[in-house]
Amino acid sequence: MGWRERFEAPVAGVAGSSGGKWARAALARVTTPLLPDDYLHLVNPLWSARELRGRIVSVTPVTSDSATIVVRPGWGFSFDYHPGQYIGIGVLVDGRWTWRSYSLTSEPDSSRDAGTVSITVKAMPEGFLSSHLVNGLTPGTVVRLAAPAGEFVLPDPLPAKLLFVTAGSGVTPIMSMLRMMRRRRQRVDAILVHSAPDAADVLFAGELREIDDSGLVEVKLRLTQSDGRLDSAALAELVPDLTEREVWACGPGGFIEMVTSTFEQAGRSDHLHIERFALERGEAGAQGGTVTFGRGGKQIEADGAATLLEAGEKAGVLMPFGCRMGICQSCVVMLDKGAVRDLRNGAEHVEGERIQTCVSAAAGDCTLDV
Amino acid sequence: MAIADIPEYAHLTDSDVEALGAELDAIRADIEADRGERDARYLRNTIRLQRGLEVTGRALTVGARKRSMWWAGATTLGLAKIVENMELGHNVMHGQWDWMNDPEVHSTSWEWDNTGPSAHWKHTHNFIHHKYTNVLGMDDDVGYGLLRVTRDQRWKPFNLGNLFYNTALAALFEYGIAAQHLELGKKRKTPEAKAELRRDITDVGTKIARQVGKDYVVYPALVGAVTRSPEAARKTATANLLANIMRNFWTNAVIFCGHFPDGAEKFTKFDLKDETQGQWYLRQMLGSANFRSGPVLGFMSGNLSYQIEHHIFPDLPSNRLAEISVRVQALCEKYDLPYTTGSFPVQYAKSWRTMAKLSLPNKYLRATSDDAPETASEKRFRGEGESRLTPVVDAGTGRRRGLRTAIAENRSRLRARVSA
Repeated sequence: MGWRERFEAPVAGVAGSSGGKWARAALARVTTPLLPDDYLHLVNPLWSARELRGRIVSVTPVTSDSATIVVRPGWGFSFDYHPGQYIGIGVLVDGRWTWRSYSLTSEPDSSRDAGTVSITVKAMPEGFLSSHLVNGLTPGTVVRLAAPAGEFVLPDPLPAKLLFVTAGSGVTPIMSMLRMMRRRRQRVDAILVHSAPDAADVLFAGELREIDDSGLVEVKLRLTQSDGRLDSAALAELVPDLTEREVWACGPGGFIEMVTSTFEQAGRSDHLHIERFALERGEAGAQGGTVTFGRGGKQIEADGAATLLEAGEKAGVLMPFGCRMGICQSCVVMLDKGAVRDLRNGAEHVEGERIQTCVSAAAGDCTLDV
Repeated sequence: MAIADIPEYAHLTDSDVEALGAELDAIRADIEADRGERDARYLRNTIRLQRGLEVTGRALTVGARKRSMWWAGATTLGLAKIVENMELGHNVMHGQWDWMNDPEVHSTSWEWDNTGPSAHWKHTHNFIHHKYTNVLGMDDDVGYGLLRVTRDQRWKPFNLGNLFYNTALAALFEYGIAAQHLELGKKRKTPEAKAELRRDITDVGTKIARQVGKDYVVYPALVGAVTRSPEAARKTATANLLANIMRNFWTNAVIFCGHFPDGAEKFTKFDLKDETQGQWYLRQMLGSANFRSGPVLGFMSGNLSYQIEHHIFPDLPSNRLAEISVRVQALCEKYDLPYTTGSFPVQYAKSWRTMAKLSLPNKYLRATSDDAPETASEKRFRGEGESRLTPVVDAGTGRRRGLRTAIAENRSRLRARVSA
C-alpha cells in the first residue's frame, strides 16, 4: 500500500472532491476512529459525506395518491446520474430508518443547477412507506440517501428509433429520460405507450400531453378500465414497427412479463431493456424462495424453515457466522432484494436492512450481499 | 468442580426450565414490540452527549498548562471515553440498536475508541463470551488467561501475582482486550492459521497506531502548535493518558462486577449443542451478577449494572434493562432463584477479595470448588446423601423452595458449625 492510499484509508468509503477528501483524511487523525463528519452532522445534518443525506424541499401532489418529492442532497452527493436510475431513500419512522428505492424523475442538468433531485412516489395500498412519503412527509425533514444506481439508462447517442412501454408508476424513470431529451433537444423517432387504470391515474398527464404536442415523443395512452389490459396484440397494433425499435419498459411484474414475451417471440430480446418498478415484495406470508448470494451469484432454493446461513453453506458460499443462535451479530449481512423472516419472532425484514442470517429464513425470493 | 448439571443445581425440573424460558421469551417480545422513537431519541442524545463531552475535554486540554484545566480536560475526556466505550461501543456492537436500521449506529459498522479493533472484539466478546458464558475452558473472559478467578483453575506459582496482574490489566485494559483476540498462547500449525494471525496482528497494530497517534502525538502536537508551548503539548499528552487510564479502570471494574463477585457461577464443559434456549437463559442468569445503580451509575456503566439482564438479552437496548430487571427479579422470586446483586463498592470489593484469595494455593483456602463463594456445584447440596433436584413447595406459605432457599440453608448450617 502506497503512502497515499494509507493516508486516505480512513475516508476510503467517503464520497467527495479530492481536496475535501484530503482535508477529511487529515482531520480524521484527530477524530479517529470517527470521521470529522460524525461531529459536523451534529451541527448540520447535511454536513456529512460519510452517509449521504438530504433535506425535503417540497412534496407536491401529482395525482390523488401520488406526489413528487424534491430533495436537496447534502455533501458527497454526485449529480452525475443518468436518467432512468433510482436512488435509495431512508426515512425515519418510529425511530427506525425505513429504506426504499425510487426512480429519479428529475434530470441531471437541471438537478445540478438547482442542487436538488426529485422522485415521484405513488402511495401503494399496503405500502407503509410510500403512503408516509406521499401523505406524511413535511418539507425540512432530513432523509438518508443511497447514491443513484441502476443499469436502466439510455445510450448516448440515442438510437434512431425508440419505444418506451410503461404501466402505472413505471413511467417515472422514463419521465427523467423524456425530460433530458427535451432539455438537450434530442430528437429521434420515439413512441411512449403508457398504461394506467383511468385518466385520473395518469402520472404527469399534462406534461405528457405537452411532450406529445411538441412532437418530441408520440404518446399513446392506454386506459385499462375502458380499453382493457395491454397485451402483445394490442401493443403490436399501437406500434406496428415495434420490432424495429430499441425498447425501454418499466412496470409491475405481470406487465414486464407480457412485454418480455412479446419481444422474445419477435426475436428482439436483445433490444429490450427492462426495469421492474418498486420492489417485488414476497407475497404476504410467503415461505421460502430462491436465495441469491449477490457477490458470487450463486443461487439455492430454500424453504421457509431453513436459515439463510444453512442455505448459503449448502450452496457452497463462504458465509460469515458466529454463535448460530442470534446472539453475536457475526452473521449479519445486507438484504439487497426481497424479504426474509426472523424465525424467532416472525418479524419480516425487507431490502435495505441488515439481517442475521443465522435466525432468518427466506420469505419469497431474496438476494443477500455476501 | 464447577456446575455440571445446571437444572439440578438450580433445583428446577426440565419443564420448569422450559417455563422459565417461555416467560423470558415473552419479556423479549414485549420489549421488541415497544421499541420506537423514545429509544431512538435516547441513543441520539447519548451520542450528542458523548461527542459534546469529547469536544469539551479536548478543548479544555488546550489550556493544560494550568493545573485546573489539565484536571478538567482529563476527567471530561475520561468521561467521554467511558460513555463511548460502555453505553455506545459495547451496546451498539451487541446489535442493541440494529433495529433502527441506521448505518451509523449499526453493529456491523461501529468502530470504537479503543485499541482493539471492533471486529476482533465482536468475536471474543459477542460470540465467545456471550455464547459460552462462564464455561471453563471455553469462555476466555474467565480470568483472561491471566488471572485465577475460580478454584477450578489449577494453582500455579504464577498466580501469586494475581492482585498485581489485575492492577496492571485494569490500567492497560484496552490493550488487554486488543491482545485477547490474538490468543497469543495458542499454537498455530497450519499456514492458514499463521496467515490469519499475521492479518490480525496487522489490524491490531494499525488500530493501536491510530489510537496512540491521536492521543499522544497528533493532538498534543496540535495543542503545542496552537499555544506555541512544548510544555502544553506534554501536558496534553499526560491528560490524555489519564483519560485513557480512567476509562480502562472503570470498564475493568464494571466488567469484573458482572462476573467475579460471589455468587456468579462457573460451569464445566458440556455439549452446548444439547442446550435448550431455557437452559441457556438459566446459565446466563446464574453466571452473571449485577450491582445496584441509579440512573447516573447505570448510564456510566452502559447499564451493565444490569449484567444479568444484559446476558439474558444481549441485543435489547440498554435503556430498557432497568425495566426488564423488575420482571427478571419477579421471575427469580417465583422460581426461588438467586438474583446476585449488591452495591457497586461491595460487588467490586468481592471480586478483588476472590482474586486475593485465589492467588494462594487451595490448601490455604477453606472452601472447595463445589462450595466456594465464587464457584459452586450441585454437589454442595448432595452432602447428606439426598439429591435435592426437585423443588418443594412449602405447604405453609405456598412458596417454592428452590435454589435460593437451599443456599440460605447451607449458609446458616455453615454458620452454626462455625459458631459451635
